[in-house]
Parts: sequence; C-alpha cells; structure tokens
Amino acid sequence: MRLNISTYLNKTTSAAPLAVFRVFFGIMMCLSIVRFWYNDWIDLLYIQPKFHFTYFGFEFIKPLGVYTYVLFAICGIAALFVALGFKYRIAIITFFLSFTYIELMDKTTYLNHYYFITLLSFIMIFLPANAHFSVDNIFRRKTYQSIPNWTIDSIKLLLGIVYFYAGLAKLNSDWLFKAMPLKIWLPSKYDLPFIGENLMQQNWFHFVMSWSGMLYDLCIPFLLLYKKTRWFAFILVVVFHVFTRVLFPIGMFPFIMIVSTLIFFDASFHQNIIRLLKRLLNALSLRKPSLQASKLNVYSQFQLKSKSLIIPLFVLFFSIQLVFPFRYLVYPNELFWTEEGYRFSWRVMLMEKMGIATFKIVDADTGRFFYVNNKDFLTPFQEKQMSFQPDFILEYAHYLGDHFTEQGHKNVQVFVESYVALNGRLSAPYINKTVDLYAEKESFKPKHWILPFKDDIKGL
Amino acid sequence: MIKKIFLAVITLTFIVACSSSSSSDDSPSVSPDNFDRGALLTNLADNIIIPAYQDLSEKLTTLTADKDAFIADANQTNLDNLRASWLEAYKVWQHVEMFNIGKAEELTYSFQMNIYPVSTTDVEANISAGNADLTHVNNNDAVGFPAVDYMLYGVADSDAAILTKYEDDKYKAYLSDLVNQMESLTETVLTDWTSSYRATFVSSTSNTVTSSLNKFVNDYIFYFEKSLRANKFGIPGGVFSTDPLPEKVEAFYNQEVSKTLALEALAAFQNTLNGTYYSASATGESFKTYLTELERTDLSTLLNTRIDAARAKVNLLDDNFYSQVNSDNVKMTEAYDALQLVVVSLKVDMLQAFNVSVDYVDADGD
Repeated sequence: MRLNISTYLNKTTSAAPLAVFRVFFGIMMCLSIVRFWYNDWIDLLYIQPKFHFTYFGFEFIKPLGVYTYVLFAICGIAALFVALGFKYRIAIITFFLSFTYIELMDKTTYLNHYYFITLLSFIMIFLPANAHFSVDNIFRRKTYQSIPNWTIDSIKLLLGIVYFYAGLAKLNSDWLFKAMPLKIWLPSKYDLPFIGENLMQQNWFHFVMSWSGMLYDLCIPFLLLYKKTRWFAFILVVVFHVFTRVLFPIGMFPFIMIVSTLIFFDASFHQNIIRLLKRLLNALSLRKPSLQASKLNVYSQFQLKSKSLIIPLFVLFFSIQLVFPFRYLVYPNELFWTEEGYRFSWRVMLMEKMGIATFKIVDADTGRFFYVNNKDFLTPFQEKQMSFQPDFILEYAHYLGDHFTEQGHKNVQVFVESYVALNGRLSAPYINKTVDLYAEKESFKPKHWILPFKDDIKGL
Repeated sequence: MIKKIFLAVITLTFIVACSSSSSSDDSPSVSPDNFDRGALLTNLADNIIIPAYQDLSEKLTTLTADKDAFIADANQTNLDNLRASWLEAYKVWQHVEMFNIGKAEELTYSFQMNIYPVSTTDVEANISAGNADLTHVNNNDAVGFPAVDYMLYGVADSDAAILTKYEDDKYKAYLSDLVNQMESLTETVLTDWTSSYRATFVSSTSNTVTSSLNKFVNDYIFYFEKSLRANKFGIPGGVFSTDPLPEKVEAFYNQEVSKTLALEALAAFQNTLNGTYYSASATGESFKTYLTELERTDLSTLLNTRIDAARAKVNLLDDNFYSQVNSDNVKMTEAYDALQLVVVSLKVDMLQAFNVSVDYVDADGD
C-alpha cells in the first residue's frame, strides 16, 4: 500500500495537458472579467449599492469604491499572464487573491461556479502549469517534457467532485419525483424556436431532463476517465452545457466547464493543440521559432519543490472538499428551506425560491412601529436574494437597526414578516415575526428563528 | 463492458422517462402547450382595457361639459352636477390606473392624473400665475383628479365661499385647464390603443423583460403594491411612518369617497385577475386561466380568497378614511395587512408560477 502511494506520486506524465489547461483557463478568466466589465456589472453590483451582504467572518472585505475597477483590472491582467505562463506563480497567486476578494465583497452574487474558480486557482498555485509552452520557459531558457502525474489528477479530481456532488444533490424527491424546479423553468421558455411551444411544455420532458441531468452529473466524471468512453463523454459535456446555456442565464460557466474537461484527454491530444497554437502564433508572427526553440534547453522532468509540504496540503484540501458539502447534516431543519450549509456544496439549479420580507422597526418602549421600504436601501437584485436567505435577512436587519438608531430612533427593535415559496409550493411564513432580529447574532449555530418547513423533501 | 454500462444507462433513462410520463401525465397523447398567451392579452385589451378607457373618456366628456356649464354660471346646482360627474369619472379611473403600459407609460399618464396628496401651494401658485405647464413633472401633484378634488371641495370652507372663489376668473381658468388636460390626455391614450397599440400589445407574448406580457404582469403587481395597498391604505394609516398621516387619503377634500374609490380599485384589480369583462360578467382568458393551465388552481383560488378577505376588511371602514384613521387606525392597518397578504401571493407565488423575466439586474445565475 505504502509502495503503491509512493509509486503513484512518482509517476510522471506529459506536461502538455496542464499547459493547455493553463492557457484556456487564463483566457476564459480574462474574457469573464472583460464581459463583467463590459456589462457594467462592476458598477451595478459593487459600486451602486449602499450596502453589501458580507460573508460571516469576512465582514472587512468590501468593495473599494471606484478602485474596484482597478481590482478587476488586476484580476484580468493576472488571468492573461496565467494564460501566457508569464511570471506564472506571481500571476496565479494574484489571480487567486483578487478573484477571491471580488467574490467575498458581496454574497448577493454568490455562484457555485465562482467558488469553483476560487478553488481551482488555489490549487493551480501549487501546480507546475508553466513547465511547458509558457513565456516563463523562454525567459528561463528551460522547458520540461513531463511533470508529476498527480498534478493533473488533482484537477481531474476537483472537476469530478463538482460534477459528482452536483449529481448527489439532485437525489431528492423534488428533483426526481416532482421534476422541480425544471417544471417551473422549462415551460417559461416558450419562446425557444422549434421546442419552446411543444417539448418544453411536456410533463414527461421535465422528468426526462431531471433524471438525465442527475445521471449526467453522477456519471460524467467516470465516463471521462475511461479512454473508451471519453469522446462520447466529451460530446455529452458539450451538448449538456450548450443546452443549459440556451435555457438559463449562466454566462461563461458552460464554456469554462467544456474547456476544463479537455484535461481528461491524452497527452497526444494536447500536443496537437499546442502544435496548432504554435502555428497560430507563427502565422501572427508573434513567435520566432528558429530563435526560440533552439535556445530552450529541454529537460525531461520537472522537479516540484517543497513536495513534502504540497502533498499533505492537497490531501487536506481534498479531504475538506469531500466532507464540507455534507455539513448540512448537522443542522436540524430542511436544507432547502433554511439554507444552512447550502452554499459551497455544488448544489446547482435545485431550487426555485422566491420570498418577500417586510421589516418592521419598533420602539421597544412605546410599541410604536413603522415598515421599511427595502428599495430605499437595497438594489432589486439584493432585495430578491435577501428575501429568502436567513443570513441575508439577519445581516440586513442589523444594518437597518444601526441605521435607524443612528437616525435618533430609540430602543430600536427589528422584526420581519416574511413569506417564502419553494419549488412551486404555496408561500408560507418564513421567519418568526416575534423575534427581534436586532438582538440575534450571526453564527454557525442553527437559527432558531427560522420557522419550520411544512412539507418533506426526501433525499440527500 | 463499458459499452454495456452505457447501454444500460441510456436504456434506464428511457425507461424512467417513459414510465414517469405515463404515471403522471394523464393525457393520452403528446399535447402541445395549449395556453394561448395571445388570447390572454387580447382579452385584456379588447374586453377590459379599451372598454375601461372608452368609459373613462365618456365620463370625462361629461365632466368637461359640466365644467363648462359651471364656468358659464357658477351656481350651486352646477357645482353639484360638476362634483357628481367628477366622482363618476374618478370611479372609472380606478379601472384604468393599473394599465401603465404603452402610451400611458410614455406620457406618465397616471402621474398626471392621480398623484395625491395634492400640493395646494402649487395649485394656488399656478392659479395666480396663470398658464401653468400642467404636463411638467413639478406639477404632477397639482393636476388630475386630486387637484380637481381640491378645486371643488377645498378652496374654501363652505359651498357658498367656494362659489365666491369662482368669481375670480383665474380659478375658473385653472379648473378648466385641469379638466381639459385630463380629457385630452385620456383621448391620446385611448386613441393610441384603438389605432396602433392594441396590435403591438397582443402580439408581444414573449418571455423577455420588454414584452407586453411581462411588463403587464410586473406593472399589474406593482400597481397593487404601490397605488392600491400603499397609497390608499398604508401611507395614511402610517405604516411607513412613525405617525399616521390621515391627510394623505385619496379624495381628501371631498372626505366622503375614499372608501368608494378604494373598493372600485379592488374590484377592477380582481376583474383583471379573473379576466372579467369591463362592466359585464362574462370572462375570458386571464391570469386565473393561465394559472389553471399551469396546474396552480390552488394559487388562483387563494388569490381570490385573499382579495375577498381584504374587501371584507375594507368594508368595515368608514366611508371617510380620514376620520377612520383619526378615530380607529387599527382597522385601517388591518385592511392594510389583508392587502399585504394579496401582495405576498402576487409577488412570491404568482411570479414564481409564471416565471416571468423580471427587471432585476441581468446577472448570471448558477
């Protein structure tokens, strides 16, 4: 056993797949930042709002006013440097830090795929992604043919976890036996050419989509791993992600996943891509092959420094990744209802949830009260997200309490009257309206002021 | 081996697909989505919106005639006639205010027709200056039904004193301008509906932020939340302020009709929900039938139950909301709470069921 592990860790493989992965990852990230900027979302999501919903423990991370643009610029440039493999280590660390900072600024914009990017860029800090086909090679006059095999496997493992856990999360009665929330979402796509008015409206089609989505997520990592099924799996990946892109506003994510799954292919496939890219660069005369190729010393194997630190770190990292999504088990109530342990767990597209939350500011002494107009403090997007997530509701209640106390109101208490509808059930009261939220503290403990869910969702 | 696994997976998918369709879909054959969103919009346009505008236009024509008579001879009889036709028109207005789409939206029609409380300072300033630009944003609180309310009931303490005021030609001129403006605005909106906009409206059924279906749903809900729940009940009842603000009731100077107007508005809202024709009992395609199509009769029933419950609460109130707020504001806030439950059903449940694209920031989802 001991021998097996050390044999595995000493196994080497071509450096090409990781190099290609680095190039595509960098380009995709750079495009994502450009798209975000171009859509004016920096202003809309980070500069315009008066108030930002923070992550517990990261309250000090806030948008930087107009300098938020600088932050995005740094992130985009770092991504470009990653693609080029230029000052790779510094570039990927910069990317990881700036991207993570951006994500932590306001949890209104939380998306699983942003979390995925954060994790991926974190492990890429420790991987020799610039060992081959990089600008660093040219400056250092060194290029490597092979790298430790486990470095590539770690990316495959992360991708595998994302898919497989997303599949596990679909093993619940709403998804499988009610075809929820697809039953709400698909019929509203009646505009789609050819299939909008017929297929999208069919009950059986909602079930087919639910079940095949579940099977896809659970099977795809394994289908990609085996050589015989790999091409078929890749076609599935493309079809699945393009289809979801057509149906839902999910931005760059499908393309990032399509490109990422290329890592499962053989070295020869990636060497072909590199050859193609080199030809492209030559055609653009950005590269003088005679000059550079001759000057590079080709080494067979890349030796990873501080391997004795990195390997334990990766073991720890992946152990956490495997356990963390199950943390919801320590909370007593229905996960979809309370969302305690919902984020950072690859639970994607599982809920159609909407809410309304009306805040009441009460003077504890006189009992006099008034209601708050949420639009005075929140953007419509923030209000939407706030209205069905307890940690948002609590943080906003504190913000309101502080605000009105500062305005001179005395003995401020903050109550909320809220209703939430989940996956097509009639809306029901959500937060206990007799609990003064201004007196409640955020913590990882179960929130006793969330009213119980009046139904049962079975499954994981 | 792997091929076999594949085959198994695919077969399984098929079996699951077929078995689930046979168990939960009762219809024997594949039936296309048979809810006709075009028919819904057509019913709204032809049987609800346009007839309501036509009626309002007629009522405003009467109002204009009575106003002309009053200006020609400012006596008590003419004042009474004018007041009566003002109320008739104001009641019909309650059937129109929620249709803030097309020309109405472009002209900010409802802002020029029913912003209250009226600013008496602005009105008096306009009267003494003469020739005010009534369409100007700053005059939104000095025009429309609330301004006429002030002109007919509030310019002086008694009817005799009011009639005396109209010895001043400037008062006559302003009253005349107000009514003429209301009539001409309404004509513009109505003509747009009957000439070109109807066709645009009924054909724009897509699920995009700018389609008439989505805009109508959003406007309809916004109207209920803002104009009906908040303006008529919440604000005067003081739910958004530390103290009640009774002088902010609708038709404050008349004092007797705020309940009448509120009940009209509630009825109009419910009729639109159920597709009931304007001033008739026939019904057509509506949000209610759309919900039925989506197998959400539980929701359409609940919506009607909650509206009926709210109406019951409103019926307990004094005709005069001003005195209701002053004497027993709890009843007022109870009516507000009942209306709030309707808002919950509209904003949370109905929006979720229709899954319409709302005008939130167009950011990515998961």
